[in-house]
Amino acid sequence: MSGQSEFLPGQRQARRLDLHSGTVQMNHGAGGRAMTDLIDLLFRKAFDNPLLNQANDQARFHVPAQDMVMTTDSFVISPLFFPGGDIGSLAVHGTVNDLAMGGAEALYLTAGFILEEGLPLADLARIVDSMAAAAREAGVQIVSGDTKVVERGKGDGVFINTAGIGRVIAGVNVSGDRARPGDKVLISGTIGDHGVAVMSLRQGLSFSTQLRSDSASLNGLVAVMAARAGPSLKVLRDPTRGGVAATLNEVAQQSGVGIQLQETALPVRPEVRGACELLGLDPLNVANEGKLLVICEADVADELLATMQQQPLGRDAAIIGEVIEDPLLLLRMTTHIGGDRVVDWLHGEQLPRIC
Amino acid sequence: MKYVDEFRDGERARGLARALCAEADPARRYRLMEFCGGHTHAVFRYGVPDLLPGNIELIHGPGCPVCVLPIGRLDMARRLVEKHPEVILASYGDMLRVPGSGRRTLLQAKADGADVRMVYSVSDALELARTNPQRQVVFFGIGFETTTPPTALGIVEAQKNKLQNFSVFCNHVLTPAAMGAILGAPAGDSDTVAIDGIIGPSHVSVIIGSDAYRFCPDRHHKPVVIAGFEPLDVLQSLLMLVRQLNDGRAEVENQYIRAVTAEGNRRAQELVARVFTLRERFEWRGLGEIPRSALALADAYRDFDAEHRFAMQYVAAEGTKGCECPAVLRGSKKPEDCALFATACTPQSPLGSCMVSDEGACAAYFTYGRFRQDALAPPGQRRGVHGEVRKA
Ligand code: SF4
Repeated sequence: MSGQSEFLPGQRQARRLDLHSGTVQMNHGAGGRAMTDLIDLLFRKAFDNPLLNQANDQARFHVPAQDMVMTTDSFVISPLFFPGGDIGSLAVHGTVNDLAMGGAEALYLTAGFILEEGLPLADLARIVDSMAAAAREAGVQIVSGDTKVVERGKGDGVFINTAGIGRVIAGVNVSGDRARPGDKVLISGTIGDHGVAVMSLRQGLSFSTQLRSDSASLNGLVAVMAARAGPSLKVLRDPTRGGVAATLNEVAQQSGVGIQLQETALPVRPEVRGACELLGLDPLNVANEGKLLVICEADVADELLATMQQQPLGRDAAIIGEVIEDPLLLLRMTTHIGGDRVVDWLHGEQLPRIC
Repeated sequence: MKYVDEFRDGERARGLARALCAEADPARRYRLMEFCGGHTHAVFRYGVPDLLPGNIELIHGPGCPVCVLPIGRLDMARRLVEKHPEVILASYGDMLRVPGSGRRTLLQAKADGADVRMVYSVSDALELARTNPQRQVVFFGIGFETTTPPTALGIVEAQKNKLQNFSVFCNHVLTPAAMGAILGAPAGDSDTVAIDGIIGPSHVSVIIGSDAYRFCPDRHHKPVVIAGFEPLDVLQSLLMLVRQLNDGRAEVENQYIRAVTAEGNRRAQELVARVFTLRERFEWRGLGEIPRSALALADAYRDFDAEHRFAMQYVAAEGTKGCECPAVLRGSKKPEDCALFATACTPQSPLGSCMVSDEGACAAYFTYGRFRQDALAPPGQRRGVHGEVRKA
């Protein structure tokens, strides 16, 4: 039954949207009454803040005379809900983290939704509430948004785009091209948790795990790190798609250096290691959503590590390697038995091995 | 979080490496073949060659099921889906990317409209058959003795449940037959490689047992050490092989005693013997035709044999021009000896089977980047794919 059919004159506004059994209809994106209801009763209610509540097509705010950063990211994950998060929390964390990896404090986000006709409104409400909670937790406001509806079969339930703007923390200057030989490489916690948690739910990969996605906003952790070691931070990156391997390979290329990892120093949960072994995957290639890699000057590394380990999101932080000179710009790793190997980008998609 | 076990591993690995260096006789060469692609992968994944003295040479064997399947068999699968629109071909992912005749892959056939689905096991294929009763589901069965029992179970289940729209394109092959072919190749032939000893497979041996390799010492006077997949297992079994060779012994030894017994898994063997029968001969990529080296469905299960049901015909076919997979699989050439390696042929666009599977020597050699480190080492110190110091 559609949300609209529930509407009877004289009923209170809150009854116009059937969040229990209604579904997304084409008219929710048509610019008429149904769309306004969806926006007012779901999005605006959840994201509630003065800028959004002005209900303009844009948000107006004052920026201090300071360097700003801006970013955008689209989220198309399947399944929409997974242990430890959902597409909504992911859409906030992802963009907040992209800002934080610029050494910035996240200020405002926008959110664009592409909804597939037939999506249960209850699912949408759950996603929107989770976005709102993630934004509150990260201390950012969602100040502008957009909704479109596509016909059934032309989307995967819901796609979300978030853009964000943030203010660079004074004294911090991070960039992928600033790594220099001698710098240390740190990671804020265990690797591969998100990718394995999501893969475990995908069709065909029905092994059970107790794993949860690590999806989280890292701006709080970055603020503490900046306060402790601001000018000595050289590179900040979150190893999402492609994992630690892809991210560090990128940094090596950008900075024109090599990076040497120590396998014995890599924090990997035993469950993740087990699942990866079963599937023939390498945790270094698996996606993370709440972890950061930082490259810093060697003399602050120990202190920075201690600072990170005092934070809830940095409890398992570790120094995992260092930047070296290497004309081939390779990411290498000393394996736990003392051999040496290259850690390459992933070729195509990782497929489970067969025997 | 602590990773004590791995630190200890490092200690033990260094201990084993020291023993290998001390015990390997500098006056002789040790050419040791790790038969199984899983070992090849582990060797490069963990940088085992870095720990070995220069005169211990690792030769990569043909124990990679995707690698050894000849192009003619791949073409059979492709022709099947192109000719029969009612067929859903259920295959492991790696098979989809191996180029067949005219460099055509199953993935391309799929893009052109054939119904090819990637599955992770025979049970996925059975499920496809159940949920698509109006279609014919053919499971592309490949692998050595480890994957054969699950395929057998799938066939038994299909028969029990009268799943008429399910069949198996059987390409299961036998480890000892291939080992025998390699050891029996005429010595001195430039096409073959001299081998002093063999690291035996882990999982295969769990099924067939260590006695299955007795012919290696008995008939060919070559020692075999069955090894687990961990890098420490590999190092320890190398040491066991070096000791046998130093003592002039040739025996089957079992390093992987935590999983492998002398007689293997009897129940699995009985199941396989009931469902399958030996083919008189079978062509292997690189090794040519080997008698009694592969399995077909037994008469009692003939109804589930895709080759029978769809009258599939084998036509031998040539590989990609310039691809050295056959020689790589025999151990007589190294990936970098192939002119296409890392130039035209990469894991992203593989030209031969050895670049597709993780267990293929070319893929392992490329992915873990040994050739790029070699390129930088001063001549004379270059370590080849087998860990040996290469002549400048
Ligand atoms: S590099 Fe490619 S073409 Fe050459 S032998 Fe290996 S798989 Fe074949």
